[in-house]
Amino acid sequence: MKTAVNLNEALSQWSVLGIYASMLFYAAAFVVLSMDLARAASEKSKIRATAGKLERAGILLMIVAVAFHGIGVLGRGIAAQRVPWANMYEFTITGTLVVTVIFIFAQAFRKDIRYIATFMTAFVTLALGIATSVFYVQVKTLMPALQSYWLLIHVTVAILATAFFNIAAALSITYLFKTAKWVQEPSKKYAKQTWFVALKRVLKLFPEPARLEQTSYRFNIIGFILWSFTLIAGAIWAERAWHRYWGWDTKEVWTFIIWTIYAGYLHANATRGWHGKRSAWLVVIGFGAIMFNFTIVNLYFKGLHVYSGL
Amino acid sequence: MATSQRSKKKGSDAQDPNLRTRSATSVTGRPDDHISAGEPTAINQPSLSLIGWARWIWRQLTSMRTALLLLLFLAAAAIPGSLYPQRTADPNGVTTFFQSNPTLAPVLDKFQLFDVYSSAWFSAIYILLFTSLIGCVLPRVAVHYKALMSPPAATPSNLARMPAFQTAKAGAKKRARALDAAFAQLKSQGYRVVRTEDSVAAERGYWRETGNLLFHISLVGVLISVGFGGAYSYSGQRVLVEGDTFVNNLAGYDSFSPGIAFSQNQLTAFSATLNRFDVTYDLKNKTNLGTPLDFAAHVSLRERGASKAKDTVIRVNEPAEIPGAKVYLTGNGYAPVITIHDGKGKIAFSGPVEFLPQDANMTSLGVIKVPDAKPQQFGILSFFYPTAAQLKSKAYTSVYPAPASPLITMNVYEGNLGLDSGIPSNAFSLAVHGLKQLTGGKTNVESIKLRLGESANLPNGLGTVSFDSLRRYAALDVDYNPGQGWVLFFALLSLAGLIMSLVIPRRRVWVKVDQGGIQVAALARGDDPLLERVVTELVTKLNQKPEKTEDEN
Repeated sequence: MKTAVNLNEALSQWSVLGIYASMLFYAAAFVVLSMDLARAASEKSKIRATAGKLERAGILLMIVAVAFHGIGVLGRGIAAQRVPWANMYEFTITGTLVVTVIFIFAQAFRKDIRYIATFMTAFVTLALGIATSVFYVQVKTLMPALQSYWLLIHVTVAILATAFFNIAAALSITYLFKTAKWVQEPSKKYAKQTWFVALKRVLKLFPEPARLEQTSYRFNIIGFILWSFTLIAGAIWAERAWHRYWGWDTKEVWTFIIWTIYAGYLHANATRGWHGKRSAWLVVIGFGAIMFNFTIVNLYFKGLHVYSGL
Repeated sequence: MATSQRSKKKGSDAQDPNLRTRSATSVTGRPDDHISAGEPTAINQPSLSLIGWARWIWRQLTSMRTALLLLLFLAAAAIPGSLYPQRTADPNGVTTFFQSNPTLAPVLDKFQLFDVYSSAWFSAIYILLFTSLIGCVLPRVAVHYKALMSPPAATPSNLARMPAFQTAKAGAKKRARALDAAFAQLKSQGYRVVRTEDSVAAERGYWRETGNLLFHISLVGVLISVGFGGAYSYSGQRVLVEGDTFVNNLAGYDSFSPGIAFSQNQLTAFSATLNRFDVTYDLKNKTNLGTPLDFAAHVSLRERGASKAKDTVIRVNEPAEIPGAKVYLTGNGYAPVITIHDGKGKIAFSGPVEFLPQDANMTSLGVIKVPDAKPQQFGILSFFYPTAAQLKSKAYTSVYPAPASPLITMNVYEGNLGLDSGIPSNAFSLAVHGLKQLTGGKTNVESIKLRLGESANLPNGLGTVSFDSLRRYAALDVDYNPGQGWVLFFALLSLAGLIMSLVIPRRRVWVKVDQGGIQVAALARGDDPLLERVVTELVTKLNQKPEKTEDEN
């Protein structure tokens, strides 16, 4: 006989305040980092010189945001007396926290990925906005199907994989912008226009395409290893909870599709004529499938993974 | 310290002059369009002979591009299986789809869209993919075996063309020492090293290719295990009411899906009695009230030959293990015990009726068919509310999943139930077409309402009905799959291979001395984040003052 834990909805509400505070700081970081990009791309060297300070300020704001974000996630976990990733709201707040933490740590190894900080802060602000407004549910106990230590293993690794894929996708999108034909060989119509000249200068700030491609590749291979593990761990758990290790449940189907797309991406990198733009597009498609799997499949497809709580 | 380095951002074999000059396939065993093969030298025109064509087709099939496209096709082909209900995962969904789309469904069915993952087209893609995989991997196994058996590739004449290259000026003394030092240093770092008169050639990371091959071969192992396991597997479903016993034979199941090679002797002899089914609800937390915390099926298992039954508890994540099978808890519900006397006063029906839950508060739907009633057979469509409450519209609903105030409502349908026609019918649905509704709905006669222990008269002199007691039932699933352990084994093996093939750098390092000094070069096969650093560190080690040389591009 299992007994009920004490859920703490009041604490959960306080933890949402932590998430709101972090959104505020992420948004501020986004604004500051955007200004930084604008300044660093300026024609005037005086303005360019001021950019470094803004960048440090932006990263600092991001770190403050992460602190609040961490408090929010931790508070939710304590309120629910369990791991804070059992429904879509919790998965989103924990997932985005992991993305930003990995991103901040990765800057220690790869300084030039700091340029995508602007996009990361925008993405995280948006994701948290959706989480608090659309996905929020009150703290609930785990349904019996989720009462397993595999919740810890399977979902943690899925969150990590998603985080690595997320950063890689941001890098590949930057790559696609930098190498796009309309950027490289602009038509006379807009080549001299202010917005295009400004865009070109901003893009120039980002690392060389080869560097972007390589960094994206390294994030993706870690993501792919973790995703493979997610799939295997999910199958082990499914065997215990649903009496079969694989049953083509809609979520299993999409996990398989995503795995196959990224396997294709790894092959593309080793196929003549396929690395570069084509493989970068595969990264975008792969991450698109992950987002689709998390949102549309969770909310609208019929299946056994019905844990949104909505 | 003045150094010169010329490093390609992405260390890949495309820059390997050694490989470019030779036929690529013979060197790496990889397909012609692998990035290591360099640019194609001639147009691959097939000779018109049959063997020529066969060879050409085989080469196309085992090329990287084909593998890549097949992977993407496989991903795309899997999508429809998530859009349409599948017979294996959701048979009821398929039935419902057919009912609501009577014209579209048969067309979709023709294209096997309700059996996507066993369809001809899905199978064709993965069989081609695996053929391509085997055709690609087998030659590479031979080549890799040879590489493992032979010393590292000899030092190329022009080291400056390598993706990472540095030189250091050195006097005669230092030069003489350099090769020995390089040999010792590389050896200690796990390189395979060959020393010649004027150079050292070293290679490391053979595990990268071993891992890659292991990954691919293990996937074949996964596929075979899935196929073999599926063929000998079975999965049987049985709804067991409290107090009832199930015996493991084909007649004991409500539904049963065997693999193609299944034989009845595979069913281990055992019986299971459901003694009690407990549900624990959250009564503490206001926002969580009535949420089930635990489902526990208290079961007595008796294996053949065992003198005593073993009591065990089956939970959602805790199946009971019997040699040769596992028993899982997959669902539960209420089974009110109903007795019906027909118009002649004889017992026409008596026993628990399994009701299907319709919502979180266990509003449940049940069907009772009474074909043996005299003078007239009839059917009952019935709702069960464990904690009944009346809405403003007078309709009932359940407000709590535990049986605090149980109520049954019944709509009676009179007429031929069609059970004698021999066509199998669904026990959980009543085909009301052709039957006359006597209570509820538009009949202006109120539905029959029964509290626990109550009885009521049926309309039209059909007899009486009573709600005698309430039991719960557990939906149990007995499964056996001899392949799943092997699937896991090969899946983990392939994961190990994958990690090796992605994170272990395969690298060749050469050190050469000539009159000018010491030259150090390195070449990576695949991605290698440390390529430049390795060369720099080795140069530093060999000469504290490496000097700038001209870039020979």
